[in-house]
Amino acid sequence: MSRGYFTVPKLSSRVWKVWSRNRSVFMKTWRVNFFPPFVEPLLYLFALGFGLGRYIELIEGMSYPRFIAPALIAISIMNSAFFECTYGSYVRMYYQKTFDAIIATPLSIEEVITGELLWGATRSLIYATIMLPVIAAFGLIELPDSLLIIPFAFLAGFLFAAIGMCFTAITPNINALNYPAFLFITPMFLFSGTFFPLELLPQPLQYFALAALPLTHVVGITRSLTLAEPSGFFVLHLVWICVVSLVLFVLAVNLMRRRLIV
Amino acid sequence: MYSYTCCAAIYEHVSTSQREVVAIAPVIVAEDLRKQFDEFVAVDNVSFTVEEGEVFGFLGPNGAGKTTTMKMIQCVSPKTSGKLTVFGMDVTTQPREIKQLLGVVPQENNLDPDFTVFENLLVYSRYFDRPRAQVENMIAELLDFVQLREKQDKPIEQLSGGMKRRLILARALINTPRLLILDEPTIGLDPQARHLIWDKIKSLKAQGITVVLTTHYMDEAARLCDRLVIMDFGRILVDGKPDALVSEYIGTDIVDAEHNPRVIACLNRMGAKYDVWGDTVRVYTAHPQDVIAALLNDCGLGTITARAATLEDVFLKLTGKKLRE
Repeated sequence: MSRGYFTVPKLSSRVWKVWSRNRSVFMKTWRVNFFPPFVEPLLYLFALGFGLGRYIELIEGMSYPRFIAPALIAISIMNSAFFECTYGSYVRMYYQKTFDAIIATPLSIEEVITGELLWGATRSLIYATIMLPVIAAFGLIELPDSLLIIPFAFLAGFLFAAIGMCFTAITPNINALNYPAFLFITPMFLFSGTFFPLELLPQPLQYFALAALPLTHVVGITRSLTLAEPSGFFVLHLVWICVVSLVLFVLAVNLMRRRLIV
Repeated sequence: MYSYTCCAAIYEHVSTSQREVVAIAPVIVAEDLRKQFDEFVAVDNVSFTVEEGEVFGFLGPNGAGKTTTMKMIQCVSPKTSGKLTVFGMDVTTQPREIKQLLGVVPQENNLDPDFTVFENLLVYSRYFDRPRAQVENMIAELLDFVQLREKQDKPIEQLSGGMKRRLILARALINTPRLLILDEPTIGLDPQARHLIWDKIKSLKAQGITVVLTTHYMDEAARLCDRLVIMDFGRILVDGKPDALVSEYIGTDIVDAEHNPRVIACLNRMGAKYDVWGDTVRVYTAHPQDVIAALLNDCGLGTITARAATLEDVFLKLTGKKLRE
């Protein structure tokens, strides 16, 4: 049976059963899970925003904490979905054999992987939702525009979940997941218009960031929303995220199928 | 006490129409079923039929192709060629419908360590669209059946090996399956735990559930299986009822004697059927007294053991003694 890398998966509403399995686990330890998105923005804001930021007069006409606030949310969206669908999914797939147990039931592997991705996206949504009031308490974001970040977090989270799942599908072992984490996620964290404007990068690198660093687009949108200043690129960022998410979603499902169905 | 009648109530819910569908045709039909991984042929054109209500066994050394065959029946591993139907449905085109009727105990424990005993069954029931109201009663009943009711709120890591196997059996029953697939159901268990699992399998069979199992344990196969096949190198070597296989390939009894040239000469004179296994000569016979008398009188031997022939003798005779990795 030959299947390509871009065979469109057949799915049913059963994908939500996998999603609700992961939600049940998440809710069992909700205290520890709700902790990071609450603390993380505080640490970054104090260290970079109010610490380092004291030496920065104005950046693009605004205070430094105000500049990095949307980036902190975008980074959290990225990390929560990416790490859920790399280390988290790998542990469920390889060590816990959870996927094997589920595909012995009427669910298909395509539905299992899709459920995992939807859960990764949901985690991003939860984290963004918790971070918003924390950051809003410092008066760094505009309301109600910033509330649109909540639904957007699901979409952007889905993108990073799909990226993570592609790596999970091809990684030889759990340690090798450090490569995408350090060679892809960490550079994105630093160079996607997060802590300094993209325009400071040499022009070729700016193009590279726009083409290959998804976080650039996510920060573009969250910053428009927290400042309540929709930029001309808003729609472009959104289209980029939607198209790439869709392509990588189909790729992730097919790669996983190749790995698990032999 | 064991509740042998557990699940009977659950099985009454199975509609008569569903029973009729199953009754008209065999549960599993495999014809020239083949599975190939690149160059390696794991299952080499096997054919077999499993009838409703029977316990059907797959015996064979490691790497014989038993588990691969189970995975094709479960619709989780696609076949390379040949025909395979379960309840009259093709595994390639109707996996979802087939899986709805199956209960699976995999070789490797894959209970969900993120959940308790009770939650494992609850979460699993969701995959089968079981309505929550029914499920709670059913889980209680199943936990009674496998004698884990008092452990229901314990995390999985606190269960012993035998308890985990029993919980997996309970999980496999959560959808009231018509066919139960047990891949090495008692692997690594102590004798008490094995007996308990055997009792459960027998009581499920008594309720009319078809059971397909793989095992390395010959006593397990002889005890449980109505019919079985012995597989090796991806092929089915023999099939039949355990007793019939023993009498056909071995005879009724075995006499084990010391291996030396005098004994061999003696046995050749008698025209006895025998095999040499290291330092033992294994004589197949229906008349053990005569063989023993002859060996003692004519050859003056010391160590002789007579015993009933078992399935293990058939297995070793057919698959050889070479160690499999």
